[in-house]
Amino acid sequence: MEKNLIPISITVNGRRVELEVQPQHTLLKVLQNQLDLIGSKECCGEGECGACTILANGRAINSCLVLAVEADGWEIVTIEGLAEDERLDPLQEAFLKAGAVQCGYCIPGMVMSAKYLLMKNPHPSEDEVRQGLAGNLCRCAGYNRIIAAVQLAASEKEAA
Amino acid sequence: MNAFLYFRPQSLDEVITLLVRYGREARLLAGGTDLLVQMRHDLIAPQVVIDLKRVAELRADVQLLDGALRIGALTVLSDLIEDARVQQYFPALVEAASVVGSVQIRNRATLSGNICNASPAADTAPALLIYDAQVNLIGPDGRRTVALRRFFLGPRKTVLQQGELVEAIDLPLPREASGAAFTRLTRRRGVDLATVNAACLARRSDGVLFAFGAVAPTPILVPVSDNRLLVTSLDAAIRRAILDEVAAHTSPISDVRASREYRLAMVKVMAKRALEVALQRLTAAEAQLSPVA
Ligand code: FES
Ligand code: FES
Repeated sequence: MEKNLIPISITVNGRRVELEVQPQHTLLKVLQNQLDLIGSKECCGEGECGACTILANGRAINSCLVLAVEADGWEIVTIEGLAEDERLDPLQEAFLKAGAVQCGYCIPGMVMSAKYLLMKNPHPSEDEVRQGLAGNLCRCAGYNRIIAAVQLAASEKEAA
Repeated sequence: MNAFLYFRPQSLDEVITLLVRYGREARLLAGGTDLLVQMRHDLIAPQVVIDLKRVAELRADVQLLDGALRIGALTVLSDLIEDARVQQYFPALVEAASVVGSVQIRNRATLSGNICNASPAADTAPALLIYDAQVNLIGPDGRRTVALRRFFLGPRKTVLQQGELVEAIDLPLPREASGAAFTRLTRRRGVDLATVNAACLARRSDGVLFAFGAVAPTPILVPVSDNRLLVTSLDAAIRRAILDEVAAHTSPISDVRASREYRLAMVKVMAKRALEVALQRLTAAEAQLSPVA
């Protein structure tokens, strides 16, 4: 059973990749170890902290709680997929502008959760932002600025 | 995580064959939000994982049937919460499903998985109990339907037999005006397991139903035959006495989230709060149904 490899095909940040994965490896592990996408972080490994949040078929999920084999055929967007060429996503810009980043460990997950929130609800209230990010913990506890960053991104989108 | 054999069957027949062949060594995978956590902590180490998401017969939506809404085995909580019919007929279920885990969890976790996991604290269970949810099972001997109130046998134990799985959960549509609510107590706001949770359904014809989680080995249903509870202006002492009797049906334990004594006290508080909201909603529902003078 040791070298039981299963072929999968996934689209990651717009690029289609064919891989062979072990069934017990999570999608997060495979993104990090086989695709060198190390932006998504593993922290709790059990769905509590959101550091591993990615978009899968347009929905925010914890990539630490998905087997890579399950993802066969999925469209995945990770934090690495947000910037276009050298241009950051407006949400990433807003995080910088609002000074929302301390150690930065939680930020990729925060940004992906915020991205999903704004896709579903372009003008969230503060309370809605808090609800939308309830699955993301920040060890530096910089919540207020993170929330401000999301609201900034939403208001700038409005202005644009 | 230990290595295991991964199967991705296309039909229910194949699932049942695998379940029969591997028995206790096999685990079903739907959303994975409970299974993977347990596997990761080596609480379980199945030899075989059977992924249900490609099974053609299993649905991931909500269907309106004659007299019921049918929630497919693969329907995730986010889709349940956003369904207009579920919102209209089963608001307490929407409230309960909305506090399960985080957005990311609800995008993956299925209602059926939440039930099959049989945690005494599952938030969806009390809401499903007051609505008399029916669990449709399929296995080597065919199909059968079990009322949810008979489905749980103990912590992580259900009536599911070797080779059986949940195909869908049916919610009978209400036949009269009703008011329902879900409440829960957690140690902190945001994502947390319930210390106590409660759901309440109020109807004129058969009185008030309560259901509780995290206060007994399984989620429990407590019907109240005393119709005085439906009276909003009921004397507080009488109401307290009735709720004391309701709470006497629970048998909480002490654990890391709370002591037995605290839970017993909080059952009554949760019951009272759920009742108040349910009665308000009952009155509102009746006002909507009565002809405009
Ligand atoms: S690492 Fe996935 S939720 Fe914490
Ligand atoms: S910035 Fe350090 S964990 Fe959030």
